[in-house]
Amino acid sequence: MDVSRRGLMAAAGSAPVLMTVSEALAQGVTPRRGGTLQMMLTPEPPVLQIGVNQQGPTLAAAPKIFQGLITFSPTLEPQPQLAKSWTISPDGKEYIFKLEENVKWHDGRPFTADDAVFSITKFHVELSPRARAIFTLIETCEATDPHTLRIVLKQAFQPFLLMFDPTACAIVAKHLFDGQDYRTAPAVQQLIGTGPFKFTEWQRGNFIRMDRNENYWKPGQPYLDTIIYRIIPDSQSRRLALETGQVLLSQASDIEPFDIPQLRSRPNLTVDTKGWEYFSPLSWIELNHRVKPLDDARVRRAMSMAIDRNFIINRLWFGVGKPATGPVASTTRFYDANAKIAAFNVREANALLDAAGFPRKADGTRFSLKHIPLPYGEIWTRLSEYLRQAMRQIGITLELESTDAGSWARRVGNWEYETTINFVYQFGDPTLGVARTYVSSNIQRVTFTNTGGYSNPRVDALFEEARTTPAAADRARLFSDVQKILVDEVPQIWLTELSFPTIHDKKVHNVITTGLGPSKSFDDVFIAG
Amino acid sequence: MELSRLPGFLLRRGVKAALVILAIVVCNFFLIHAAPGDPASVIAGQSGAADERFLAQLRQQFGLDQPLYVQLWIYLKGVLTLDLGFSHRQQLPVWTLIAQRLPATLLLTGAAFVLAVTAGVTLGTLAARRVGSWADSIITVIALTFYATPLFWVGLMLVLFFSVWLEWLPSFGMNSVGVELYGIAAMLDVAQHLLLPALTLGLFYLAVYARLTRATMLEVADQDFVKTARAKGVPEGQVVRRHVLRNALLPVITFAGIQAGQLVGGSILVETVFAWPGIGRLAFDALLARDYAVLLGVFFCTSVMVVGFNLMTDLLYAVVDPRVEVEG
Repeated sequence: MDVSRRGLMAAAGSAPVLMTVSEALAQGVTPRRGGTLQMMLTPEPPVLQIGVNQQGPTLAAAPKIFQGLITFSPTLEPQPQLAKSWTISPDGKEYIFKLEENVKWHDGRPFTADDAVFSITKFHVELSPRARAIFTLIETCEATDPHTLRIVLKQAFQPFLLMFDPTACAIVAKHLFDGQDYRTAPAVQQLIGTGPFKFTEWQRGNFIRMDRNENYWKPGQPYLDTIIYRIIPDSQSRRLALETGQVLLSQASDIEPFDIPQLRSRPNLTVDTKGWEYFSPLSWIELNHRVKPLDDARVRRAMSMAIDRNFIINRLWFGVGKPATGPVASTTRFYDANAKIAAFNVREANALLDAAGFPRKADGTRFSLKHIPLPYGEIWTRLSEYLRQAMRQIGITLELESTDAGSWARRVGNWEYETTINFVYQFGDPTLGVARTYVSSNIQRVTFTNTGGYSNPRVDALFEEARTTPAAADRARLFSDVQKILVDEVPQIWLTELSFPTIHDKKVHNVITTGLGPSKSFDDVFIAG
Repeated sequence: MELSRLPGFLLRRGVKAALVILAIVVCNFFLIHAAPGDPASVIAGQSGAADERFLAQLRQQFGLDQPLYVQLWIYLKGVLTLDLGFSHRQQLPVWTLIAQRLPATLLLTGAAFVLAVTAGVTLGTLAARRVGSWADSIITVIALTFYATPLFWVGLMLVLFFSVWLEWLPSFGMNSVGVELYGIAAMLDVAQHLLLPALTLGLFYLAVYARLTRATMLEVADQDFVKTARAKGVPEGQVVRRHVLRNALLPVITFAGIQAGQLVGGSILVETVFAWPGIGRLAFDALLARDYAVLLGVFFCTSVMVVGFNLMTDLLYAVVDPRVEVEG
């Protein structure tokens, strides 16, 4: 353990804060106290207690109330939050976090390392499948003093720090949960965190209100008095609310992509598509390999080559997002720019299918596949309609069957589909968010596992080795190898690196400053001008 | 109506109503469970990561690991003691959730109902009294337009006009959030928010009542007893009110009874467009999330209301038309 490393980490951590302030100053705007920020939350989450619920809207709103040990910059460098500094032993097994000392829970009790130990070893391990998979690597997790947390791993695990963002492992109060059923504890309705905003009111179907935490541990912050999330179920009503200034900020899927061009042209609004680097959602056509001929790599490659991804980005998503080039998003660590799927080429795709033994029949088609559009809004239906056109060019008939979210999850989870659309978060590292879709040990009857049933021993071995290799350089080599195999075999047909627009009034400042976009704590957000 | 027969009537109808509601509850229960997917798979689908244990934990907590008949029995026992169960998804009792949302829906549908009945009957009467005049033509055209236009489109156009162009009225929500308002100011604030959704919801029914009133009044106006009244010198206003309108109202009441029941469940669209925090939205979200207990709870409440409104309609008949007798 070396001191210089600690110093470096702390310096790296404080830099972005300085940057945002200087950035604001450069625009001639100094942070201003006060004001109410009205935003929207879509769809309304059932519960806001992170851990008990892990849906997108919860992950967006709850980090105003709950915090993690650290958070991440747009390039996925760790930044301090409740941990002011940390050190990692050279063998990559021991992590020591120094925690902020003057932090109080919203109920006035002091925050200590015991809360962190409880959150990591009990709360999230019990509730969250993501945490469960990683935190089983922990050998010891203890509070060596009230403000020092020591974690020893059974084996080195390089992406470990990525698990300490508030969206992955929010720190909750031990005194409110210990010894109770975490899902039904009273604290799940009366949220108590350490964050810059306190939960005050939730009128279901109407709004969620949070008010400034006067005892917040960062002096002078937060700047806002109140944050209000309005619940507006209809996308056109949301757009109107933003246009008329009734709300000042939209995030995630609040605004349909086809409404973005008009909103871009409004002088008082800023459209920012950054801030999705940590999640890096990647969309793809999810193929069920148990359905013939989808088990044939040539067929999958041909289907992939028939898709014009630039068209999808430019004409459907109106420039938000990027064409996917492989299984790893370009914003995720260990992305290999040299491992790319074959380019858009309808003629070659047809030739490939001919060679694979699927000639066109008399009516011009080769075979047909059933397809379930993702039931998450109009844009996904449009995507599936485009894909039907694209597949028709190579003689494949896609039969669209619409469904709702409940049936979709059930059918994908039970492998009762031929093709559908899916998008999956990558969480910064291929071990955390990519491997799960391709390794054969994760073929489960549960959504977001390897539901397609792809299996390749070589891929399994590479992912496994990369998981346990401590050095980043070695992992990079292993991930490059696995990316080369995957872009050749195309187990799923990757479409786009999704991004979601954060659209806000120009008088709202410091909105996107981290790799978690609108999911950040908002303690430095202010309204001025 | 003879008052002495009323208690017996109410008792017989009450027993019938209870049986009907029980049958509805059982049917709803099986219908809902027949939909593919369950709350656990929905949550897993929305959580971005899941494993077998996660699903098993949720199903156990929701009671979904029990056989269906056991689940039905537990639910029926609950309903009989007026306990509508617990929403494990939202971690709140169903009664709490419904109680939070019911006032908003009753306010919206109540306002729309009053608007539709009063304005509709008034316009219909006006049109009938001046058959063939320009006033009649205008009213008929307006009624036909509202009758034929889809609800959501009317809603969007109203918002465009009043919220976006004129900036007079808010485009969504039930009240201003983030400002402290009390007393009259708070009521005015809600009224401002209420106007557009109530209009949207009420216009269709307004058209129906106007057309219905006009048609039946014209029919009644030709009948002998009206001619007799006129012949014996009853003033025209009184003829219209006491002889024509009163008789013409019976079909209107029938329709209003049906509408009152439908309004509660039928406002989902308007609640969605105007982000009105009512029970229709609650039911719709519960359906998408397969939140069985909430959905059954809302169905239960609405079916009780429909049965209640039917009973009230039957009683009203007797009040308006003494020839009608209450019968079990």
